[in-house]
Order: sequence, then structure tokens, then C-alpha cells
Amino acid sequence: MLMRRVIPCLDVHAGRVVKGVQFQSLRDAGDPVELAGLYADQGADELVLLDVSATPEGREHAVLTVRAVRKRLPIPLTVGGGVRELGDAGALLEAGADKVAVNTAAVSRPALLGEMAREFGRQCTVLALDAAREGDAWRVVVRSGRDKLELDVVDWARTAVDAGAGEILLTSWDRDGTGAGYDLELLQAVCGGVGVPVIASGGADTAEHMAQALLAGADAVLAASILHDGHTTVSAIKRRLSKLGMEVRL
Amino acid sequence: MSADVLIVRTGAANLASVVAAFERLGRSVDITDNAFAVRTAKRVVLPGVGAFAPVAERLRENGMGEAVVHRVEEDLPTLAVCLGLHLLAAGSEEAEGGRGLGVLDVEAFRFPDTVVVPQLGWNTVTADADCRLLMDGAAYFANSYRITHRPAGWQVAWSDHAGPFVAAVERGNVLGCQFHPELSGEWGQRLIERWLDNGGESSC
Repeated sequence: MLMRRVIPCLDVHAGRVVKGVQFQSLRDAGDPVELAGLYADQGADELVLLDVSATPEGREHAVLTVRAVRKRLPIPLTVGGGVRELGDAGALLEAGADKVAVNTAAVSRPALLGEMAREFGRQCTVLALDAAREGDAWRVVVRSGRDKLELDVVDWARTAVDAGAGEILLTSWDRDGTGAGYDLELLQAVCGGVGVPVIASGGADTAEHMAQALLAGADAVLAASILHDGHTTVSAIKRRLSKLGMEVRL
Repeated sequence: MSADVLIVRTGAANLASVVAAFERLGRSVDITDNAFAVRTAKRVVLPGVGAFAPVAERLRENGMGEAVVHRVEEDLPTLAVCLGLHLLAAGSEEAEGGRGLGVLDVEAFRFPDTVVVPQLGWNTVTADADCRLLMDGAAYFANSYRITHRPAGWQVAWSDHAGPFVAAVERGNVLGCQFHPELSGEWGQRLIERWLDNGGESSC
């Protein structure tokens, strides 16, 4: 049986892991190589590294960080943040990413997903999708939360998968950093609309929240602050998920 | 001095993960697109990212495919990963009739839409009792196509996603993995070590 995944996320800025609430007010949270190794030893199933600097210098730095993390990390590594074109994705893969996530650039030009899928394979092509609730639906948010578009989240997820995305990293903009639990209705809507794996992100504070997301259809759960704060470990989360009846790798 | 492990440059992008896995084990790694080097190296890895048709075409054109076939037939230490495994097969649905190297008398087919595709994540591996390198455990898979039948003359480990499929095959010093051992944590590292040790013994 294909098991459910627990994926720590490192937001990286200028070679350091940072954390913030709703993408704002960054605080230092440690060395990316050290944390990547720690989480891998704890039984993390993959790692996501997001470059939150969004500057050309920051992207160069991110490639160096990816190179350093890759040397240490014996599990899959997804890298996102600031990927604008095929060449950016290629540079990250060459540096050691196994998958590349695109967000704003894919919204601007969905064909980028197709180019990545053809060049590197669909399994390397991840759509990072930030969603903000509006009434009974969700709208796509880009540019790290600065722009809310008219685009419907479920429609965009389907379009992106048709274009070439092999996985969706779905973040609830409303829940991110709140610890209030994932937006389960959002997860149900997107997971029901596409046939590719979906990673739930935004709002997790407990293993119970994660179990809810997996029951709502997510294939994997992303966690950042609860791990960086040292309140819990990947191994503790996975043992708890197993007790709650989830198939995880222990 | 020649490297401990030679990786075939198939034209696909990410070789960093497989390079890092061998370097973590203290082995030196070189990357080549030279057919003679592939034919004569101590140990060769046929890596696994990219699309079937262009990679198969490239291997045939520059003679590296023939060199890989020679290695498998002569039982020279060879590791094929993911797409690398499919390239050893007769063909893949991915390439719509495109031919593989044909050392495995089976073909790869896409997972049905009744399951999540691509398969991305850790899945259980159950090795047949006659396997020497492969063991039970969990491995990381990233694939949309898989082989569902045992190739004649090979020992097999199995996994399950919409029914049983071939997680890996082994015969002597040749190991072909549908999963990515280089991304399969400690379990994957131990498998790579067993493959390295096995190759070491036979090359003495």
C-alpha cells in the first residue's frame, strides 16, 4: 500500500530557515542542512524547501542551499519559490532537487508546467497553489499572498494538472500559521477534482489535524512551525498518525 | 584512477541525488556518455529521471544502450533505477510502441486511473525468498508506469498500487529498481551497499 507522507517544510531566506505567520514577519529558525538532517533522521518522508527571498540574489543563494541539503538528505527534496522559467527549474534539479514547485509563474503561463513535465517528467513537476476562501469557494492567491485573483482554485488545479502538474502543494492562506487545523473543505474540493497527489499545507498544530487532512483526501501533510518550535517531532507525529489508523512509514 | 561508480548520462536532469547517495557511502562517482566507459567500468548506474522515448533513442544512438545490454548479459555490476528499469524492458506504454533494450521480456504500462497517478511516496516492498540483494521494507517511488509481470529468469520484489507490480528485479550482480534507492532513506542506502559489496566480490 502506498503510505501517507509527513513532509517538513523549510522556508529559507539567505541560507537560513525562517518562519512567519501568513508569509509575514520572518524569524530565524535554524540552519537548513542541520534541520533537514534532523527531520530525515526522525523519519520524514520527504522535505520541502521554499525560497522565500524572491530576489535574484536570493535565488542564487537557494541553489547553494539545495546543493548543501542534497549532500545530507537521503529522502526526496522538493524546492520552490521564485521559479520563473524552465531554466530556473533545471538549475534547482541539477543542484539536487527531486521535484520543483511553481506558483505565480504557472498562473501567468500555464504552459510552463507542460514544458517542465516534458523535460523532467510529470513526477518532478509540482504546482504550489495558495488558496483564500471567499464564501463557498476559494480563489487563487499569488505573489506570496499579495495578489488575490479571480481564478477559482478547483478550476485552476484541474487546468494545471491537464497542463502537466504531477502533484499539488495546496496551502490555505487563511489557515497558514494559525494552528487552527487545515481547511478540510478546501482539501475535499481539490482532491475530488484532480487525480494527482495533493499535499495539505497551512494550519496544522497537531497530529489529529493531519489525520483529518488525510481523511479528507490528502496524500501528504506539510508541517513547519510545529516542528521548528521543537514542540513535537516527525517520529512522534507519525506514531500518533499510525495509532489514529493512518498508513505511515514507521 | 577510475571512479568506484560510473553513472550513465541519459540526458535527464537530476543526477545529484544518486551521486550524493554514493558519496555518502564514501564511493567516488563519475558521469559519462561514453559507450566504451560504460562497457568496461567496474560498476555502472543507469539512472531514472526523464521520459522513456528520448532517453531510449539517445542510448541506442551513441552505443551506450548496447554497452548496458553487454553488462547485463555478462553479469557485470549494474544498477538501473526507475526509468532505467523500464529501459531494460522490451518497451513501455509511455513511448507508444517505442522499444527498450529488451533484456527483460516484459513491458511497462501506466497505472489505471482508479488510483492516484503518478505514484509519489513510500510503498511496501516484499522480496521473493530467492532474492539475494533485495529485502522487505519500504521504498520511495515516483512513477506513472510500472511492470506487472515477472521477467523470465529474474528474482523479483513486489509492491502494490492498483494491484501488484514489480518493485525491483535482480539477477547476479544486476539490480533494477522501480523505486529510488537513493531517496529511500536508510533502507535504500543498505540496498545500495549490498549491491556495491556484491559487485566488489565478483570483480576480484
